[in-house]
Amino acid sequence: MTAPPPIAMLAELTHRCPLACPYCSNPVELLGREAELDSATWISAFEQAADLGVLQLHLSGGEPAARRDLVELTAAAHEAGLYTNLITSGIGLTPDRLDALEAAGLDHVQVSMQGTDPGLADRIGGYKGGFERKIAVMREIARRGLPLTLNAVMHRQNLDDLDATIELAVDLGARRLEVACVQFHGWATRNRAALLPTRAQTEAAKRIVAEAEARLRGVMAFDFVPPDYYADYPKACMGGWGSAGLNITPDGTVLPCHAAASIPHLTFDNIRDTSLRAIWYDSAAFNAYRGTGWMQEPCRSCDRREVDFGGCRCQALAIAGDAAAADPVCAKSPHRHLVEARLAEVEAAAADADTPLVYRKME
Amino acid sequence: MSLALADTDRPALPRGVRVVEDRVRGGQVLLAPEKAIALDAIGSAILARVDGQRSFAEIVAGLAATYDAPAERIAEDVQRFLAGLRARMFVQVAP
Repeated sequence: MTAPPPIAMLAELTHRCPLACPYCSNPVELLGREAELDSATWISAFEQAADLGVLQLHLSGGEPAARRDLVELTAAAHEAGLYTNLITSGIGLTPDRLDALEAAGLDHVQVSMQGTDPGLADRIGGYKGGFERKIAVMREIARRGLPLTLNAVMHRQNLDDLDATIELAVDLGARRLEVACVQFHGWATRNRAALLPTRAQTEAAKRIVAEAEARLRGVMAFDFVPPDYYADYPKACMGGWGSAGLNITPDGTVLPCHAAASIPHLTFDNIRDTSLRAIWYDSAAFNAYRGTGWMQEPCRSCDRREVDFGGCRCQALAIAGDAAAADPVCAKSPHRHLVEARLAEVEAAAADADTPLVYRKME
Repeated sequence: MSLALADTDRPALPRGVRVVEDRVRGGQVLLAPEKAIALDAIGSAILARVDGQRSFAEIVAGLAATYDAPAERIAEDVQRFLAGLRARMFVQVAP
């Protein structure tokens, strides 16, 4: 099949991060500074991406501000014609650095939020003093008129804080609030029992977001990512494998999605050795789950096969043991009972408030 | 609040939202925070007139004259298009 050009690229500039969030979706094995691409290689990747049709560039990590060349990289991406979005914890963004990023053409900032008070936020982020610093950075971003999205990563331990999260986002002047219930990839999988929301919390969150969305129309836009374990159908992961987006890890490995390296039988090319165009159109990994030809039943004959593309390949592998199976959150999946078993664990763990969090640390 | 624009409202694209030429796919695309929307000819024609100066009524009148179409019909299309963008905070409105 012929793939369309990609629209968005996630550049994971580094795995280094001052926070230690238990829900981190980066791989369990992190790459150190010595493995990271140099500035010139990133800049070449941005130029290749723009030539390939990428419109949106997400500068992420880890904490992208941990890269000393962040301003230089932003300027080069802007110069290449890309819309530049910085996905950050906010830590490390001084006013001087924001001045330089604005001058470099930065278009938008997304700041992650762990909670609405220092106690909760710093406990989840594993970084004392982080909350106050984040609030100061967000006020500074909004004061400048830089478009700000608050990304509130929600899970069982902070979902009851959703009303306050919405009010805080309005107070900070965010143009958009992403209420993103944690997805279980990479490190987060270790904390599933402590983080997966209960069904009651999930239902409450849907009501609260719908009510706030109506009340704040024209004030703040919402994006809501519900926990897919409670859904009847899977999410349309990446809008379909190899159809809209791609991801470059700190060492230059090019992936069809953030978690794809968890699929062990796929081999991924590196931007140091192969052009982005060749990787996107011709590599075995990007073609592995494109279109519908790879599907098994129940996906193959399902009338939703081009709606959700069978869901998430990484989740199919992690839970059903087969990356080509239907995403097991699907009600039609023969593996749905495995998701139900995990949900039963959640209800049991929720009764025990002391399920410990395993913090992410760089070795 | 209602997202519908009054005749005297002057819509504008806020910082971080812009129309660019898509040099790979052709045509124009609206770039906004974490979103890219391919524009058809009608969307491009509307956004070409969204400059913070022209009022909703002036935008409609201009399009009706250019495309020789009934103003009521144009007003409906423009209203639907701009209200949708306003809901996403991709369009701001000054009275």
